Amino acid sequence: MERDMRIVVCIKQVPETTEVKLDPATGTLKRDGVASVMNPFDLFALEAALRVREATGGQLVAITMGPPQAAEVIKEAIGYGVDEGLLISDPAFAGSDTLATTTVLAAAIRHLGGADLVVCGKQAIDGDTAQVGPGLAARLGMGHVAFVKAIREVDESKIVVERQSDTGYEVVEMALPGLITVLREIGTPRPPSLKGKMRAKRYQVPNVGAGELGVKPEEVGLKGSPTQVVKIFTPPPVGERRMIEGPEESAGRQVVDILVEGKVISLGG
Amino acid sequence: MDRAIVNERKCTGCGACEEACPFGVITVEDELAVVGEGCTLCGACEDVCPEGAISVPQREQEGAAEQASGVWVFAEQREGVVPGVVFELLGVGRRLAEALGEELGAVLVGHEVGELAGELIAWGADVVYVADDPALKHFREDMYAEVLARAIRAKRPAIVLAGATAIGRSLMPRVQVLVGTGLTADCTGLEIDQERRILLQTRPAFGGNIMATIECPVRRPQMATVRPRVMKRLGRDSARTGRVERLELEELSSVIQVLEVVRALEDDVDLAAADVVVTGGRGLGSAEGFKLVRELAEALGGVVGATRGAVDAGWIGHAHQVGQTGKTVAPKLYIALGVSGAVQHVVGMQAAETIVAVNTDPNARIFEVAHYGIVGDLYKVVPAMLERLKELRGA
Repeated sequence: MERDMRIVVCIKQVPETTEVKLDPATGTLKRDGVASVMNPFDLFALEAALRVREATGGQLVAITMGPPQAAEVIKEAIGYGVDEGLLISDPAFAGSDTLATTTVLAAAIRHLGGADLVVCGKQAIDGDTAQVGPGLAARLGMGHVAFVKAIREVDESKIVVERQSDTGYEVVEMALPGLITVLREIGTPRPPSLKGKMRAKRYQVPNVGAGELGVKPEEVGLKGSPTQVVKIFTPPPVGERRMIEGPEESAGRQVVDILVEGKVISLGG
Repeated sequence: MDRAIVNERKCTGCGACEEACPFGVITVEDELAVVGEGCTLCGACEDVCPEGAISVPQREQEGAAEQASGVWVFAEQREGVVPGVVFELLGVGRRLAEALGEELGAVLVGHEVGELAGELIAWGADVVYVADDPALKHFREDMYAEVLARAIRAKRPAIVLAGATAIGRSLMPRVQVLVGTGLTADCTGLEIDQERRILLQTRPAFGGNIMATIECPVRRPQMATVRPRVMKRLGRDSARTGRVERLELEELSSVIQVLEVVRALEDDVDLAAADVVVTGGRGLGSAEGFKLVRELAEALGGVVGATRGAVDAGWIGHAHQVGQTGKTVAPKLYIALGVSGAVQHVVGMQAAETIVAVNTDPNARIFEVAHYGIVGDLYKVVPAMLERLKELRGA
């Protein structure tokens, strides 16, 4: 190949708490002003990507799509040791569903000049869909293996992994360029290094928007999203509810009596 | 929307697509075709490519929604075994197909799987589309996605459902992009809006205590995944008839090889079959708390469950997780200890016949679903419960 191996790790900034507010006008998440963290699964993706770079050499780039404050997770990734980072941010991207997100991320990876290996976490804890990884691979015209619990071998032409299944796992080999999504089992994330943290402080995160990526408005954001949320509601509470009052010891005894009487518990054991 | 996709492995840089493109948006750089802005998805490049290295996502057509017809279920199989979720999907699929007045199809992909077609028909399919080839023996993400995407382009179903299993969750998002449509994961509810004849997909959302209803009004098919045991199967009827159609399979290739299949369950917990589930959440405070949870579970002849919070904290294995991204259970008795009751957990256990909750927070959402609630310290409540059980049994 003409260039060194390039590994891209996709990371996302997600709200820290479950008390997320919705923008009433658009029905999309208001991400500004809410405490944010790196998506926990992406820490594992970072760790996997760092280990691959140790094995193959080359360049490791962290990319994130989000509002301007998402630059923070890029700086965090620099602290962990990635070589470069990229923030992909544009008001036009707001409200993107998973399909529109894959369009933007693929355009960003093309903008970087392509990747030999793309590493993603299994899913983001806010959307919880686990769709972007596999979809991005399809968009880039490369193979993917999802739910990777271990990397056995990797070089610039192939990767051999353990892919978790519902009945165990498979050992799978994929020719590169390719994409993997990883599970916690991939390994314990190393802490950021002092050198990394110092570099992160000084690091100016480059930003690209719709213009630089050449994506059309109808491909991204709400317009580029075939799915839309039409209703939000709190699930109705269930029927008969009874609180058992009093000190814990008596409440504990009482609930057992109620369950025995109602034949929910059998004393036969 | 978007543009033709180049498979970098297959592209030889021959330039046939560059010549064929009526809009001049394809260039060959470094022996690789690059599709630029202005692609209209006309498909001229796909038609001329000798390597099959360029393809066009299903383009938006006027009236795509009207032209699409039929409900499909991806009938996943692993070594000739179809998991229960497929039959549950045939159950909900049947209901959706009837609401639309359309056919229910199952798509079966593998090698020597033809005999399974009869089962799929017995459980509700009107037609089974079979893709049978030695190359399809093991699940390979790119090849399976290509087979399903081609079938979708050829037959134009309105709805495609799959289990949110290890296979389904890897396959469907890939197909989503190949076909250029919307996908909603982990749906807990599926209904037809009769007036507009579209699918209403409901799932917990936004990391909080909210449910969302999602639509894919224009693009087809509308795709959704559903976790096991969320939907109910209909009855099996061996008298049901249906037809089998073989899918065309030419020129399939893959960059993936399955080298070894290992059967191993890290921690065998049959949550789904248990009559009694005692679940520990973050309120336990530590991994040690699960000792007490286990004690109560054993005293009641049940199994131990866990919330995602407890699993993420590393206190217990994922096999015990109950909830949207864990297992769905419907036991006779569900006891939630130190569980807040976030909607993603509740959707996994709300069908339990009797729900008991113990939590120090009187505003915990779990109390809205529990039949019996105790506000208090579980480390005092549970020992009292165990004592009372002992007393009653000793007597």
